[in-house]
Amino acid sequence: MTTDPAATPVTAEEMARLEDMARRIRVAVIRTVKTCKVGHVGGPLSAADILAALYGRVMRIRPGEPDWPQRDRFILSKGHSALGQYGAMALAGYFPLEEMFTFNQKGARLQGHPDMNKLPGIDISTGSLGMGLSAGLGMALGARYLEQDFRTFVLLGDGECQEGQVWEAAHVAPRYRLDNLVAIVDHNKFQQFGWRGDSAGHRLPPEDPGALVARFAAFGWRVMEMDGNDMADVVRVLEEATQPQGLPVAIIANTLKGYGVSYMAGNYKWHMGVPTDEEFAIAMAELGERDGGAP
Amino acid sequence: MTLPMGKQLRVVFGETVTELAAKDPRIVMLDGDLGSSTQAKLFEDAYPDRFFQMGIAEQNMLGVAAGMAKVGLVPFISTFVAFALHRPLDQIRVLIAQTGANVKITAGYTGLFTGKAGKTHQIVDDIAVARAMPGMVVISPADEVETKGVLAWAVDYDGPVFIRLVRDDTQTLFQPGHRFHFGEVKVVREGADITLISTGTQTPRVVDAADILAADGVDAHVVHVPTIKPLDVAGIVAAANRTGRVVTVEEHTVIGGLGGAVAETLSEHRPTRVDRIGIQDHYTESATDEELLDMYCLSAERVAQRVRKLLASDGPVTSCD
Repeated sequence: MTTDPAATPVTAEEMARLEDMARRIRVAVIRTVKTCKVGHVGGPLSAADILAALYGRVMRIRPGEPDWPQRDRFILSKGHSALGQYGAMALAGYFPLEEMFTFNQKGARLQGHPDMNKLPGIDISTGSLGMGLSAGLGMALGARYLEQDFRTFVLLGDGECQEGQVWEAAHVAPRYRLDNLVAIVDHNKFQQFGWRGDSAGHRLPPEDPGALVARFAAFGWRVMEMDGNDMADVVRVLEEATQPQGLPVAIIANTLKGYGVSYMAGNYKWHMGVPTDEEFAIAMAELGERDGGAP
Repeated sequence: MTLPMGKQLRVVFGETVTELAAKDPRIVMLDGDLGSSTQAKLFEDAYPDRFFQMGIAEQNMLGVAAGMAKVGLVPFISTFVAFALHRPLDQIRVLIAQTGANVKITAGYTGLFTGKAGKTHQIVDDIAVARAMPGMVVISPADEVETKGVLAWAVDYDGPVFIRLVRDDTQTLFQPGHRFHFGEVKVVREGADITLISTGTQTPRVVDAADILAADGVDAHVVHVPTIKPLDVAGIVAAANRTGRVVTVEEHTVIGGLGGAVAETLSEHRPTRVDRIGIQDHYTESATDEELLDMYCLSAERVAQRVRKLLASDGPVTSCD
């Protein structure tokens, strides 16, 4: 039998630990972007709470044994949020936090998008949008065929759901009643550029409110919603989602791109970007880091 | 004398993967709604719980295959090459080739013989596309015997393999007991005047062409190349050394396929004149198999005719007549 970390009660202390992990993921993302002078920011920030809950509690993993066969699988289908996953992995113990600063450097295991051939603990490489749910579907079908009880979690972006392949996979998963598969959509309301609103600076969200919920439901999924930037809600919904009910689960996580830093939140321009020294100091202060001046 | 007809490679595919599955529980089949054409239905009949219908959605199917491979299975793909390679190309690149996923892309209906489906289904650039991808093995077997050997080899090999299969009746080149040797060319006819290099089910037609040429006093050396990637460089150089003049023949575009691979190799290792017989840089169309081979200069008679013209000419010969 595999041990289930989610079997331990959600105490106030546990919740504070996970919230601090999410905070530290955000700090690690921004420090890395500042130090390496490159990287996506908004997506990793919106997903930080989900990643903390998964790597910090919900997933059955052994960071010291990344190839453990019974581990739950995780696929970052929105592979450009790699920094968020790297931060969560470092804090979970897969590698030292300092390795974050090798991001995208020559010879680094931390590539611009997650690379399973370089970094142990990445279950499949991603980076070209729309592919992760299919790979997760294959892992979930494989788990059932091999009579293994690991679960597969796939984190998608809301803009990513414009890719047709997502819906090819969405069509197939309920046909096999794969209740060992959990798709989480980081519905952060922005894509890189998107449709123009009232002005050039006003960009419309990738999907209308409620559209993703309706669409996954129409495809036959068990659909749940959560406030993806509220740790209590994230933990509650993820743990409920892993109670099998005969169908794959789609969780629409309502989040905000750039969440956690005031000037990044809800600003599409922070899809990618390197903060100035002043912006960096503000971000660190808002995230509760005392040594705000030192990346 | 022409080589005898043998079993359709699609039937060989369905039967052989089913046989292999009896010995290896890792083998599963993913179908893109064409199992009744590709003969993957034979696998479904034997192993319904190991046959996964993915519907008409091939980008997802290749992604699912990658995921299955990553948890230890050996997925085979059942669909036509247009939908096994071209449509899901980015999925193959990112999830399969770049990661080394143990997926067997058994691409059906390659080349001209698609049951009169026309140019949308006639894929004659798949070798070029597949071999450009790092990490991808590209194999084009000649007949029933070799296809069986290739499929068995592919199960033992850990990594992505693209295998070129053919819909219709094809000739038999090899005797039972012939062994497929991965990464090696096979001399199928010894000769001294000109080297003919071919691949896949075109090779039997080239052997027949060599017989026609022999009647005219031309002694052709015929080399079969089942593994196009990785290419047997020493074998290709030896084939060129044998006669000093090379003609490649393939049921594929002359751009980037076997002819391209041979020309690249010889230009670096043994500069040799290489003429390429194959589909020119245009799309193809519906006709009977015999008419297609005639139209595109790939029948034994047309190949022999073309080789004679090449031998009589100092320059390139691109037309059939």
